[in-house]
Amino acid sequence: METQTLIYIFVGLSFALYIGIAIASRAGSTKEFYVAGGGVNPVVNGMATAADWMSAASFISMAGIIAFSGYDGSVYLMGWTGGYVMLALLLAPYLRKFGQFTVPDFIGTRYYSKAARVVAVICLIFISFTYIAGQMRGVGIVFSRFLDVPITLGVIIGMGIVFVYAVLGGMKGITYTQVAQYCVLIFAYMVPAFFISFLITGNPVPQLGLGSTVDDGSGLYVLQKLDLVLQDMGFGAYTDGSKSMIDVFCITAALMIGTAGLPHVIVRFFTVPKASDARKSAGWALVFIALLYTTAPAVGAFARLNFIDSVQNTEYAEAPAWFKNWESNDLIAWRDKNGDGKMQLGKGEPFKGAPLFAEEAGTNGERIVQNEAADDNPNEVYVDRDIMVLANPEIANLPGWVIALVAAGGLAAALSTAAGLLLVISSSISHDLLKKTFRPKITEKGELLAARLAATAAIVVAGYLGIYPPGWVAQVVAFAFGLAAASLFPAIFMGIFSKRMNREGAIAGMVAGLSFTFLYIGWFKLWSPESNVAANWLFGISPEGIGVIGMVLNFAVAIAVAKFTNAPPREIGQLIDNIRVPRIR
Amino acid sequence: MAENRPYAPDDGVEASENEKAYWSQNIRLLWTLMTIWFVVSFGAGILFREFLDQFAIGGYPLGFWFAQQGAIYFFILLIIFYSVRMKQIERQYDLDD
Repeated sequence: METQTLIYIFVGLSFALYIGIAIASRAGSTKEFYVAGGGVNPVVNGMATAADWMSAASFISMAGIIAFSGYDGSVYLMGWTGGYVMLALLLAPYLRKFGQFTVPDFIGTRYYSKAARVVAVICLIFISFTYIAGQMRGVGIVFSRFLDVPITLGVIIGMGIVFVYAVLGGMKGITYTQVAQYCVLIFAYMVPAFFISFLITGNPVPQLGLGSTVDDGSGLYVLQKLDLVLQDMGFGAYTDGSKSMIDVFCITAALMIGTAGLPHVIVRFFTVPKASDARKSAGWALVFIALLYTTAPAVGAFARLNFIDSVQNTEYAEAPAWFKNWESNDLIAWRDKNGDGKMQLGKGEPFKGAPLFAEEAGTNGERIVQNEAADDNPNEVYVDRDIMVLANPEIANLPGWVIALVAAGGLAAALSTAAGLLLVISSSISHDLLKKTFRPKITEKGELLAARLAATAAIVVAGYLGIYPPGWVAQVVAFAFGLAAASLFPAIFMGIFSKRMNREGAIAGMVAGLSFTFLYIGWFKLWSPESNVAANWLFGISPEGIGVIGMVLNFAVAIAVAKFTNAPPREIGQLIDNIRVPRIR
Repeated sequence: MAENRPYAPDDGVEASENEKAYWSQNIRLLWTLMTIWFVVSFGAGILFREFLDQFAIGGYPLGFWFAQQGAIYFFILLIIFYSVRMKQIERQYDLDD
């Protein structure tokens, strides 16, 4: 069967599955809508958390980023997994024992303050919308690349699917579709990874393959060969990074702490029956996540080797079919700088910026690039890093159904994360802003309706941001993690571990951490991007890692302010004692 | 709501001696495990990576292995250990859920 037909079948079947699950698990009460009734099995919740957490970025982009940055890519591997240790040990069991519906719920109650709740809602909405715009865009991109559908239509189809199960099913529907989506995405990720690992090293397990010798008779280890080949071409060694140690340290920490402070992740632990289940569930979540996260660096390294092997010094006329396919999708470009008709890879930009193609073809049949020249380096080939996962099956000559699987997997990753984000946005509006702040008299039915309306509105806004992505979307992903690390995490952490922390301290801390991080990232990413170089950074920390300093500032301000203001009321001390003990008194 | 009340260390205490003992044992365990968490990721994967890279595990330089594989395995072990150990501690203090 043709690959295109297979893709339609796989994607169509997976969508039918999601909708079927949604119809079977409609939410009838606010408790079902917000936390799936609070009775989700910890293993099931772990799987749902894994799908919730692994976004289009994890599935499509991460291996490619690692392929092109080698050791530096470790910040994502450690950063996006280490946060689960913090969740399991420091936050999840206590928040579950607290037993409400949302993250602002905890902050508002623990700090006996509507103002604290509203500040938390603002942080939450900002973090979640930044994140969700990227997911909807991811849906559109997968559609356009694999199904030849315009990005806009792809986003609209994605919106429709999410609408059905998020609005009907709430957390209940989302939980069970996320389980299905995890299965689809992990299968789609692992199958090509097994193939490519076997092809290169003779060992099908990618985690072992990356530590094995290359199956080409040279006797070299994969990483050794990669180091040699890259250094030959003028790059740094693969196993050596180019980022400074302090920056690697801070980015890793910001991603970890940010993970532990992301509302859509935290709220998943509200759905299990008991505090001890929250710990167990975080462990399962990390097992399911680690399966992909320990595979990604292997996929990255293999793909890089494969890519160099099949492109370096190859005549364009002889280039493999996938090269030309992705060239026609604008993701690869070649400019023959030295006029020898062969493609050369190297360090540096082949030309300035992303390729702008001319209508006519060049002397070798390639698409002519009109960009400004960058002739200070020998590199002739532009590659979008996302290709490393998307084109991997083609590069490794895998059958059509594997390619179809990758398309369905990418969609599953993007849709599951989008749905989780929509849910926390809608519950923070219907529950925290309406029920708990501005309209306390709203009925259960009214609140459920408000939650559905808020989810619908959030989908429309997210879709709009996906179709017309403001230029800053890609620039500010750092926002989501940095802000979560600098605002929500310290407030929740101190709320559990410090009895002395009070309303004034927590609010001052959140505002200080949030504004500092916001201004720092905003300055280097939006208002003055030309000054975004290491020499100008505070202590040499890039905007991606600055959330850590924001967090330290949050703690410092909160502790100082709390020292000079009144201790929290007696009931709060009792509340803390209560959440620290798993047994229900 | 209490106004102008100075802070007392035992404020709002509802916790029994048993619960306090449970909590301090939990805190000690957390310090140990979070230290390991820091050592395997920030320590082995970042701060001491170059030193560790002179050793190897299969084809992986050791520091690189910690940064791209090992830290993640340790994270899983830490959560499993904490989950199992806490259940025991909670039973011991008769505070399990």
